[in-house]
Amino acid sequence: MSERTIAVVSGGLRQPSSSRLLADKLAAATGEELTRLGVTPKIEVIELRHHAHDIVDNLLTGFPSTAFGKVVETVTAADGLVAVSPIFTASYSGLFKSFVDLLPDGSLAGKPVLIGATGGTARHSLALDHALRPLFAYTRSVVIPTGVFAASEDWGGDEAVERLDRRVRRAAAELAAEVARRDPAVPLDPFALRTSFEDLLAGD
Amino acid sequence: MQFGIFTVGDVTPDPTNGTTPSENDRIKAMVTIAQKAEEVGLDVFATGEHHNPPFVPSSPTTMLGYIAAKTERLLLSTATTLITTNDPVKIAEDYAMLQHLADGRVDLMMGRGNTGPVYPWFGQDIRNGIPLAIENYALLHQLWREDVVDWKGRFRTPLQSFTATPRPLDGVPPFVWHGSIRSPEIAEQAAYYGDGFFANHIFWPKEHTQRMIGLYRERYAHYGHGTPEQAIVGLGGQVFMRKNSQDAVREFRPYFDNAPVYGHGPSMEDFTRETPLTVGSPQQVIDRTLGFRDYVGDYQRQLFLMDHAGLPLKVVLEQLDILGEEVVPVLREEFAKNRPADVPDAPTHASLVAAAAAAEAEVVA
Repeated sequence: MSERTIAVVSGGLRQPSSSRLLADKLAAATGEELTRLGVTPKIEVIELRHHAHDIVDNLLTGFPSTAFGKVVETVTAADGLVAVSPIFTASYSGLFKSFVDLLPDGSLAGKPVLIGATGGTARHSLALDHALRPLFAYTRSVVIPTGVFAASEDWGGDEAVERLDRRVRRAAAELAAEVARRDPAVPLDPFALRTSFEDLLAGD
Repeated sequence: MQFGIFTVGDVTPDPTNGTTPSENDRIKAMVTIAQKAEEVGLDVFATGEHHNPPFVPSSPTTMLGYIAAKTERLLLSTATTLITTNDPVKIAEDYAMLQHLADGRVDLMMGRGNTGPVYPWFGQDIRNGIPLAIENYALLHQLWREDVVDWKGRFRTPLQSFTATPRPLDGVPPFVWHGSIRSPEIAEQAAYYGDGFFANHIFWPKEHTQRMIGLYRERYAHYGHGTPEQAIVGLGGQVFMRKNSQDAVREFRPYFDNAPVYGHGPSMEDFTRETPLTVGSPQQVIDRTLGFRDYVGDYQRQLFLMDHAGLPLKVVLEQLDILGEEVVPVLREEFAKNRPADVPDAPTHASLVAAAAAAEAEVVA
């Protein structure tokens, strides 16, 4: 069986966080779908809270610490990405955006991404499509059609949980299908020369 | 191996007392620091070039020409000369003039500059940074080597029957280094011409520097200038020293915490772990610096950043005393050990004149 890696980024700040709960549900469902498709899933979870200082340091100094560099590499080398942010003041959280800002240009291009978000009420759910979706569109990643929003009410009551799980399964199936039909991801080498020096000299 | 200092020429308030030197104070301090570098036995002084506050060195050849007159032995260089926004014709003229006045004690380091607004002030666009660096340097290289140049390019008005004057001293252009933190194209450019490559080194983890130098060495050999080990490599470094390392840490911390570039970010402990910054005793600086060779190979030039972040002139001069008296003599001795005989020194005017004469003799024979 071939293997594919899914990086799971959760921007939740509290512990336990509902963003992490949603991220775990999405990751587990994606793993099950991949297994069903004959692919061995490898799930790598990243809680941005643990790297908050590193993220600010990287913004200020321009380079990632050794430990945080490995976190960035986990995302850029993954075959698929589950990205979940809490919705703060009508959009993704600042920490979540700062993390995305630090991913090297082009490093998400062509990568399937499942977007998820959490918020206090369902009234924030459109932030998925007016904030997270355009953000990842800019990175030229392939944002799968179903995004999953979970409000407080989605975590209680059999019917609500059932409805959330249905959305989770649909999104996970879409992500797994996109990941499974692609060749394994090849990480971008920032030191690779893309043009010969003769072409550079010729102004190409 | 050459040892020296490089300065960015920032005017930064001293965070311990809030005083800010005037531009005049800072410019004169840079000259004093250069003279001190010669006095304590260092080989190189390199100045940055900036066109926006809080930096003063907008006119490097004026400053270096003055320092040349005040020194005897010191090699004068830049860190860096903006190959993107300066007219290459003016660089050819200015540095050839400096070379004559300084009797050949001149080389220079090309850099692109990463301050976005500077480009439009000089009629350029930062998005053309790499193409500008490639085209402008190709012209500069030609102007110093051909007496009469016909030239046409994308970024500057064409030249017809143009001769840059004065011609380089003894017909030998100054040696050129190319500096870049993260652009493989610039390592490639340095390799293509057989020029030196300088890794800033001080703002990035060593793994990064190692990859850039590795790429440059490999491409240097690819273009037939020698073995990878013979490529001409320079490194930056950044140190603050006191006899007792705890005194160094205590004294430097407020400067670190408020420094431009990395201040208000990582802790000094994190930054010293992740980058070559060393704050401690002279012996710690010696050990750390000798360790650079482990990941870049035997190299030719080590420059230290000593006078930034608002450090008072008096402290900088004390640092240079320690560097010249206690650190560099040991580094010279230790770096010389086990250095293969076929690893060259950095080219100087004298060595380039000798090489040119040898090449000519070969042609005649």
